[in-house]
Amino acid sequence: MAKRIEVKDLNIFYGDFHAVEGVELTVEPRTVTAFIGPSGCGKSTVLRTLNRMHEVIPGAYCTGQVLLDGTDLYGKGIDPVAVRHTVGMVFQRANPFPAMSIRDNVVAGLRLTGAKNKKALDEVAEHALRGANLWGEVKDRLDRSGASLSGGQQQRLCIARAIAVQPEVLLMDEPCSALDPISTLAIEDLINELKEEFTVVIVTHNMQQAARVSDRTAFFNLKAQGEPGHLVEIDSTEKIFSNPSQKATEDYISGRFG
Amino acid sequence: MAEPNPGTDSQAVSAPADAPDPTGGATGPSKPRPSVRTKTPSRTGDRVFSGLSATVAVLMAVLVVVIFAFLVKSAIPALSANQANFFTTRTWSTDGDPIKFGIAALFWTTAISSVIALLIAVPLAIGIALFITQMAPRRLAGPVAFVVDLLAAVPSIIFGLWGSIVLAQAGFLEWIRSALIAVLGWIPIFSETPSWTDPSGTVFLASIVLAIMILPIITATSRDVMAQTPRDQIEASLALGATRWEVIKMAVLPHARSGIISGSMLGLGRALGETLAVTLILQQVSQMQLRRVFDPSIFTGGDTFASKIARDFPEALNDPQSLGALVASGLALFVITFFVNGAARMIAERGVKR
Amino acid sequence: MSSTSDNGSVITSLELTKPSGPRLARNGCVSVFMVFATVLAVAPLVWVLWSAISKGIGSMLRASWWTNAMDSADQAKWGALHAIVGTIQIGLITAVISVPIALLTAIYLVEYARGTKMARVVSFAVDVLTGVPSIVAALFIFALVVTTFGGHQSAWAASLALVILMVPTVLRSTEEMLKLVPDSLREASFALGITKWRTIVSVVLPTSISGIATGIMLGLARVMGETAPLILLLQFNQYFTVNPNTPTFATLPTIISNAYTQGSADTPTVWGAALTLIVLVMGLNIIAKSISRRYLRRMGK
Repeated sequence: MAKRIEVKDLNIFYGDFHAVEGVELTVEPRTVTAFIGPSGCGKSTVLRTLNRMHEVIPGAYCTGQVLLDGTDLYGKGIDPVAVRHTVGMVFQRANPFPAMSIRDNVVAGLRLTGAKNKKALDEVAEHALRGANLWGEVKDRLDRSGASLSGGQQQRLCIARAIAVQPEVLLMDEPCSALDPISTLAIEDLINELKEEFTVVIVTHNMQQAARVSDRTAFFNLKAQGEPGHLVEIDSTEKIFSNPSQKATEDYISGRFG
Repeated sequence: MAEPNPGTDSQAVSAPADAPDPTGGATGPSKPRPSVRTKTPSRTGDRVFSGLSATVAVLMAVLVVVIFAFLVKSAIPALSANQANFFTTRTWSTDGDPIKFGIAALFWTTAISSVIALLIAVPLAIGIALFITQMAPRRLAGPVAFVVDLLAAVPSIIFGLWGSIVLAQAGFLEWIRSALIAVLGWIPIFSETPSWTDPSGTVFLASIVLAIMILPIITATSRDVMAQTPRDQIEASLALGATRWEVIKMAVLPHARSGIISGSMLGLGRALGETLAVTLILQQVSQMQLRRVFDPSIFTGGDTFASKIARDFPEALNDPQSLGALVASGLALFVITFFVNGAARMIAERGVKR
Repeated sequence: MSSTSDNGSVITSLELTKPSGPRLARNGCVSVFMVFATVLAVAPLVWVLWSAISKGIGSMLRASWWTNAMDSADQAKWGALHAIVGTIQIGLITAVISVPIALLTAIYLVEYARGTKMARVVSFAVDVLTGVPSIVAALFIFALVVTTFGGHQSAWAASLALVILMVPTVLRSTEEMLKLVPDSLREASFALGITKWRTIVSVVLPTSISGIATGIMLGLARVMGETAPLILLLQFNQYFTVNPNTPTFATLPTIISNAYTQGSADTPTVWGAALTLIVLVMGLNIIAKSISRRYLRRMGK
């Protein structure tokens, strides 16, 4: 059920501001692809165009193509709501719905799109929570508020919520940047398991994390402040971290800037 | 690929019941989810909801125009039949023919009672707001703010009842009245008026009650801006060895100025339109008196726009001319409060930008 | 330090005791004024409550106050049941009409039109409505319902006038509460493929529900104490009725205003009505504020 993403000549704008230019990349099914790069290079922006979350921001738009197994997500007649149902997303800060219980949080994406069968929803909730390695910790308090969990647990709850919808692709926008090292480890382990089932794209600030979890790595950069960001190169993670073909990548990896 | 999920159940769940889903039967039960759906089930819900909220919002904007238009439309017949100048005439006679009425006396009473109320309330409100934000310990500040807010919860008719029956008899008011007449009596506003021998029924009493009523609004807005005084400015003053008053003078008041002004203007707007408290407190001045001489004193009775409407309405009910005249005065009140509130908002916005 | 030398006391040697006399005196005066102002503000509240309680509690403690209308020949047996029911009834009719209008408009302003020109126009209109004096709102409804459409005075008409006063209050507080809901929750919901209206109804509104409820209760308290529209759009009634379509309809505030037109205001019935109204309106206020305090603490404000 995981799918391949092809990005063709993607240009992203915030109103008049040209944020990212000319991105071309391919994400293989059932792999983990990491986006790395200095702050402001547009890696999160690119990620958000992959499930049309970018256009939620007023004035934001993009040109080019994002193909999901050949279907252009920006094509005519494509509904962004349906796209987001297929391409899930986990955010930088855990954002469980405070007015819902843990169980309702997990199945929110299904319940609020019309699913009513309570028994089936309960099964999905358990399956998703198991998938997010959270079931053991919360199975006795599914009716408590999601806000009662720790930060790392909340983030795993958000992952459970995202995979409960059974998306084809899972986008993660710096999912560990607000977490302590132990919670981070738990999530990295989880990402390794998730790629059995999903195509995962993760934006990270942490190069060790990219090296640990990803199969392929894309390096984004910007030429100068105020210039649009761009994709420098994308290759297997091993190659990027040992022998990148671009000088800029090597400089960044070796810590010379950024 | 492995499918660890219970296939049929997830099918039931992930395909919403009300979906006109084209892929529903096409791929068979083995594939749990359809590919990117080109049509989503519930976008009609989105369209209905956004359309509804936009319609209601636009109707709110239209309502303002409709209110204005209806007041104008209802006032025009009486205004065109009016034989006197609407703006400069002090008397009001709408039962005879021809009708003669003007808002000069109403305007004066409304304006002077509100301005005096403001003069009393603003210093007090600043004092209270300073007490709450700069002086009181946290444990006291909360309850004090709560009590002052509660003052705003008392219905205006209760203030009218209390003001006209209880406060009017308070000895200290008579004392203040005599003192003002003795010291400031040479100013026409504070001159003694024959036949008004105590505070009851006077503009003076109404102003005091109005001051109490607008105190919470001015306090609340002043308190909000004072609480937002940048911490570093206060600390900078303290580091210079400033006393509490010097901190307030150097850091808090300059920062809070526009907030205090806009809060005062909002209070003024409230005082101008206040109806019941003023209606129950003020005693009318006879038309003969009004015709004779203009008495600017606050130690006399009178009618504001609002109290005139409330008082005369039951009799004007079945007489289109009288009713139209009252609507005309209501229209004048609407326009005045519109500009006062507009000014308050402009000042507040300029304060925010700065 | 130049700021201290302005006051005339030039610091010649190191003086680590207290600021100089005039500065201290001025500081003392201002502190005294702040306390004085605060006491002066609390005093009328206590005084008003004391007057209402001492003059009105007798009526309220009579059982007949809660069971009778004002239709008995013996004034000592008069009750306020008809007016209590009338006040609550008008309040509820007003709330039922106002709340959907206020919520939908607030949703439009925060969720759909944030930053657009239309939002500015609507917001301006709401500001204007906020400042409309209650007597003007009542005149407008009279001109609309009676003069233009040939209707008559009724509790319905009074409620319509009160709607004009309640909607802006509820709308503004709802708007504030919706703005407090973090955008990350909306994004999380969109990212799950949940439609916008579903996000608003099932994620945004539940998150801010207690804040919105507070605003509704405060708005309700305000219109229940509002009297001017009732004077213009209702006639007083001594008898019990629940029909909002009749021109004669009793409310607590109009017991008081009616007594003034009869010339006998300082009576136990009037003060009883006043005290009952205070209990009703202030009770709503206090409940609403305690909810909102707990809520704001939860939202970390």
